[in-house]
Amino acid sequence: MNFFILSLIKAGIIAFVFLTALAYLQWIERKVIGHIQLRVGPYRVGPHGLLQPLADVVKLITKEGVLPSHVNKFFYLLAPFLAVTLALISISVLPFGPQITIGSVTTWMQLTDLNVGILFVIAISSVGVYGVALGGWASNNKYALLGGLRSSAQMISYELPLALAVAAPLLLANTLSFREMVNYQSGYWLGFIPRWNIFPEILGFIVFLIAAFAETNRIPFDLPEAENELVAGFHTEYSSMSFAAFFMAEYANMVTVTAVATLLFLGGWQPPFPEPYSDFVPIAIFGLAGLVALYHGLNPARRMDKFTLPGAALLFLGIAALFGATFFLPVLKPILMALFWFCGKILVLLFVFIWVRGTLPRFRYDQLMRFAWIVLFPLAMFNLLVTGLAVALSSK
Amino acid sequence: MTALIFFLFAGIAVFCGISLVAQTHPIASALSLIGVMGSLAILYLQLGGEFIAAAQMIVYAGAIMVLFVFVIMLLNAGAEGTSLRVSAFAKYLGMFLLVAFLGLISFIIQAMLPRTEGVVFGAFKGGTTADVGMKLFTVYLLPFEVTSVLILIAILGAIVLARKEI
Repeated sequence: MNFFILSLIKAGIIAFVFLTALAYLQWIERKVIGHIQLRVGPYRVGPHGLLQPLADVVKLITKEGVLPSHVNKFFYLLAPFLAVTLALISISVLPFGPQITIGSVTTWMQLTDLNVGILFVIAISSVGVYGVALGGWASNNKYALLGGLRSSAQMISYELPLALAVAAPLLLANTLSFREMVNYQSGYWLGFIPRWNIFPEILGFIVFLIAAFAETNRIPFDLPEAENELVAGFHTEYSSMSFAAFFMAEYANMVTVTAVATLLFLGGWQPPFPEPYSDFVPIAIFGLAGLVALYHGLNPARRMDKFTLPGAALLFLGIAALFGATFFLPVLKPILMALFWFCGKILVLLFVFIWVRGTLPRFRYDQLMRFAWIVLFPLAMFNLLVTGLAVALSSK
Repeated sequence: MTALIFFLFAGIAVFCGISLVAQTHPIASALSLIGVMGSLAILYLQLGGEFIAAAQMIVYAGAIMVLFVFVIMLLNAGAEGTSLRVSAFAKYLGMFLLVAFLGLISFIIQAMLPRTEGVVFGAFKGGTTADVGMKLFTVYLLPFEVTSVLILIAILGAIVLARKEI
């Protein structure tokens, strides 16, 4: 098939799935935080609040977009646009799965593979700060300006340990392309330990994860939008869709950073168990989830449970059946298995992000800076030196 | 297609370059400079220098310009007023002279340099990360290390100058 048409189709699918996932990520976050705080979270719109993201989108679109009179109009309007564009662009180089063949078309589950893909993601994330910084400055508001300044200082500082932590697995795999990085991590030590970079690079992984929290402005590093000091930080003056753009950019950055962590340290779409066993895991998980939902649907604790839970059970059992069907349809197998393991790992990391938000309080600003320069940076440097030494000694 | 992309981004680079000088507000100038760097990175990419393009974005557009913007915001520098009064006659004559001057310079450069073959996009293959690293640590090792030491000295100097007297 024509390269151009094929790319267009893939871009369309990725954009649609990614944007929908962003909306539902917010639902997951509110649910998880709610349960951590012994609340139920969104519950009114649709069964278990499942239509809440849709309601939020409608609300944000139909709200009045207020343009404050004292702002610098051009930059005020440019900032959310920049933030969301730069947040969405990185997804184009991330691979979701291996090479697949559908009918006569053979393609990779990836939009494009740059041979400097990892550098590309770092470059985009390093210019991503302009959206926040400009938004804070153009609002012409003390709180917003402070938020913008904090975020630029914080992102410059945490980019160093982030880049150094990324460099260590690059040394091991000897490549800058995400595809080859995942291929390097295939196979098993002793037949059952996956050859993922997280095992030799556990220190690098921890540094990467902490720096990623700061890069995405998440708690405990969300100083740019600290509510108790800065009202809402850099987006104080924004409303309606321009506020939604900042919101979306934050979640998009979160997904990107967890996807990069998965590809660099957790073996991408490679399953954690050897081939024949790993094929049964999705069937077992979805089948079990379906059975639990069915049991609670038949013994309803709340009024609506006897309608909603059997529906959920049907969905889960259907997915389990789909994974079961891969044994008879070899076309489906690489697509579904790769997507299951890749999305599973991303979801686990995203859950960690949300979990930390529900657990840790915010740092003070001087603590944040001292932590970056005195703890994280030397740790990342040490990790890189040790990795380099090991690679140099073993390559002879 | 490649020619189209080249002219598009070359045009953006020139436009941003002019805007860098013409803007009255420091932030607008800084952003124009980022535009110049971004479009130059894409031109490098077209010429086959993938690593250089990525480094351009990370180091210049990402690190150095963020620092510039940060400082401008911190000092809260406002827009520069135009105090200079220029007569319309001088303005139009100046434009004409500028074009003539640029034409003269480009003519002299054309005449002086030896005729070479035109650049073909995609012909250069030595721009990968491995190639750049190999060159940097074999042929150009001494200049590379000397530059590092120079930058280190500059950093130390900046710290000494900025430190408060105890």
